[in-house]
Amino acid sequence: MRMPPLIWALALFLPFMLSGPSIAVQPDEVLSDPALEARARDLSAELRCMVCQNQSIDDSDAELARDLRVLVRERLRAGDTDAEVLDYIVARYGEFVLLKPRFTARNALLWGTPLLVLLGGGLLAFFTLHKRGAHRTAILSPDEEAEIDEIVTGRRK
Amino acid sequence: MSVELGHFALVLALALALVQSVVPFAGARLGSLSLMRVGEPVAITGFALVAAAFAALTLAYVQSDFSVLNVWENSHSAKPLLFKVTGTWGNHEGSMLLWVLILALFGAMVAAFGRNLPPTLRANVLAVQGLIASAFLLFILLTSNPFIRLQPAPMEGRDLNPILQDVGLAVHPPLLYLGYVGFSISFSFAVAALIDGRVDAAWARWVRPWTLAAWAFLTGGIAMGSYWAYYELGWGGFWFWDPVENASFMPWLSGTALLHSAIVMEKRSALKIWTVLLAILTFSLSLLGTFLVRSGVLTSVHAFASDPTRGVFILAILVFFIGGALALFAIRAAALAPGGLFHPISREGALVLNNLLLTTAAATVLVGTLYPLVIEAFSGDKISVGEPFFNLTFVPLFLPLLVAVPFGPMLAWKRGDLLAAAQRLQIAFVAAVIAGLLAFFMIDREAGFAAVGIALALWLLLGALTDLAMKSGVGKVTPAAAWRRFTGLPMSIFGTFLAHAGLGMTVLGVVCVTALETERILIMEPGQSTDISGYTLRFDGLSPFTGPNYTEDQAAFTIFSGGVVVDEIISSKRLYTARGMPTTEAGIKTMGFSQLYVSIGDEAAGGGLVVRIWWKPLVTLIWLGALVMMAGGTVSLFDRRLRVGAPTRRRPARSGERTA
Repeated sequence: MRMPPLIWALALFLPFMLSGPSIAVQPDEVLSDPALEARARDLSAELRCMVCQNQSIDDSDAELARDLRVLVRERLRAGDTDAEVLDYIVARYGEFVLLKPRFTARNALLWGTPLLVLLGGGLLAFFTLHKRGAHRTAILSPDEEAEIDEIVTGRRK
Repeated sequence: MSVELGHFALVLALALALVQSVVPFAGARLGSLSLMRVGEPVAITGFALVAAAFAALTLAYVQSDFSVLNVWENSHSAKPLLFKVTGTWGNHEGSMLLWVLILALFGAMVAAFGRNLPPTLRANVLAVQGLIASAFLLFILLTSNPFIRLQPAPMEGRDLNPILQDVGLAVHPPLLYLGYVGFSISFSFAVAALIDGRVDAAWARWVRPWTLAAWAFLTGGIAMGSYWAYYELGWGGFWFWDPVENASFMPWLSGTALLHSAIVMEKRSALKIWTVLLAILTFSLSLLGTFLVRSGVLTSVHAFASDPTRGVFILAILVFFIGGALALFAIRAAALAPGGLFHPISREGALVLNNLLLTTAAATVLVGTLYPLVIEAFSGDKISVGEPFFNLTFVPLFLPLLVAVPFGPMLAWKRGDLLAAAQRLQIAFVAAVIAGLLAFFMIDREAGFAAVGIALALWLLLGALTDLAMKSGVGKVTPAAAWRRFTGLPMSIFGTFLAHAGLGMTVLGVVCVTALETERILIMEPGQSTDISGYTLRFDGLSPFTGPNYTEDQAAFTIFSGGVVVDEIISSKRLYTARGMPTTEAGIKTMGFSQLYVSIGDEAAGGGLVVRIWWKPLVTLIWLGALVMMAGGTVSLFDRRLRVGAPTRRRPARSGERTA
């Protein structure tokens, strides 16, 4: 919703705290073809209401969101594919409108992070634990091993 | 008068916090017990002073003292008493005061209950706590002072944001902050251990209760926030991947990882360095969340740059504590001796996998939340990262985690037997697969997702039950003996059961409401009916109603099931008179674990009312599951081995066992 940034800065605990009441999709917007309407709803969930805080046009009751919802349905009725609808809207409103950023070089780090952290962390864990395993077996005497076992079983009781 | 006293108490608290951050630390360096012991009375007195300041502000709110700027901006004399009280923290200044109050509370608790800690560790922990308190007290006094007077005093206040005038404000922020700020204790313990250069299994045992308590509070806080947003915002969403939510979710993810790695450290002396790092990261994420929400940087980097006082101050606090702790970690971590050995297939191995996936999930949320800010700061371009991104990245990370959960408690320490664990879980597995197949064939919409999700949820629930049954020896010993064993199980086993089963409940709720929710959007005339998921709703008409500080139009609906009246729903549009701000009050009826959710819009041009109705199957399980998880954390706290006073008292006994 349109709100001055300073007031938003006071928004505390809830998402869209200051957005007020919201009844987004209006009955007169709904398409008569259920399959087309379902596609419209799915597409709407991927498009940002640009005057709101992180709300999709499917969830927002702002005028602009309504205009976009109607536009999405117009394009679908004109026979566009989902990708064509998105391209059409991005061409007019910019990439900001996409809640799921595209796979571009600029967004490589965004999309790559999960994989990088998972692989990097996994390899790191594997090698540290592996190396330490090889190293430590040599320095622990059987007596020490037994003592550790006792401590552990003692604690687990 | 009391306002000035409150202000003065806050200044005194800052002075004491400074003493607390210097004297015990110096004592620990110099080996002076008397200097170290200064920390305790100072921490307790500091808490009393912050509490007095908080009470003074609350009193000003209750008395509607509009000569206080903060009260005038955020209160109204006609507001119900509960919202006058909760309004104290329903604004930036007051919520920061609550933040510091809880910080001081935790510090005082360490001082009061930490008598069994080694003196240097306790002194250093209190010093780090004092340092954090000093920074935030300074922040409040310099940039966000709630005690500023207004001359002349206005007759009436500007009222609290209507959305905040809700029981949610009484529950959600205190719980959330207890969690958020509670992690400061784990952080202080980690930093103190790094200063000492010594971390052992006993350290993990001391940290774990604090982490558990913070985690349980944070779990409850997030769940209450989610339910509040669900009923207040009027379209029945329960999670939005909004930066404000992510800010609380990141510390939860890494806090959950910390909880599990601390078990490994306590039981097996392994993963020490990692656990210390995780303790630092978890509170760092809490601080980052505070920065994101408090600085205004979320709206836009430019809005932040135009009024940066508060933001820059918190950023400086952030850099100092996170940077300082990580630098200390980099210097000292190598000195921490690595601990116990284990095979990859073992309880430890399972917990490493848990940590890997949870940390990756936290990193994903972190990058997703910050990426638009970074892109905007460097190139000026604006991009959005929202729900579809997180669904595509976060969910695939969480699926393997959920699959692995029941295996964890089944595996033995050091070297586990995956096959044996799988054998014990076979009943849970078969039941989950059957449930998934049933869901696949009986429910048509988005069946793939629903089937997998329902199977997973059942797998978690039955897996948790299986663990409890196995540990009681069901099937191996007589029922009577199994019952004796069951009642004798340590509390932490029940804690694990509740936490994992609660997770299963939440997953079930999320999956069912996401895949199986039904919705009607229509214009209704009075007397008109509509069907939804086996129920019929009749719109009975609109009627005006006047509350204490608002007026509203109430739409009444009668619910029929099979032609019989079951209940009624009132859904309204409310107008708060002081601010002229409208809100929707959704009408919600709980049927078993499911809910009927009715939200009304404007009156349509040709007459009739715009109505949106949802059937939300099993939706309440989302929050009930979180409450069960919270109960799990609480039950674990009562484990004899974790009781705050337990470690030293049990120590001689343990060494006795060892020599025997």
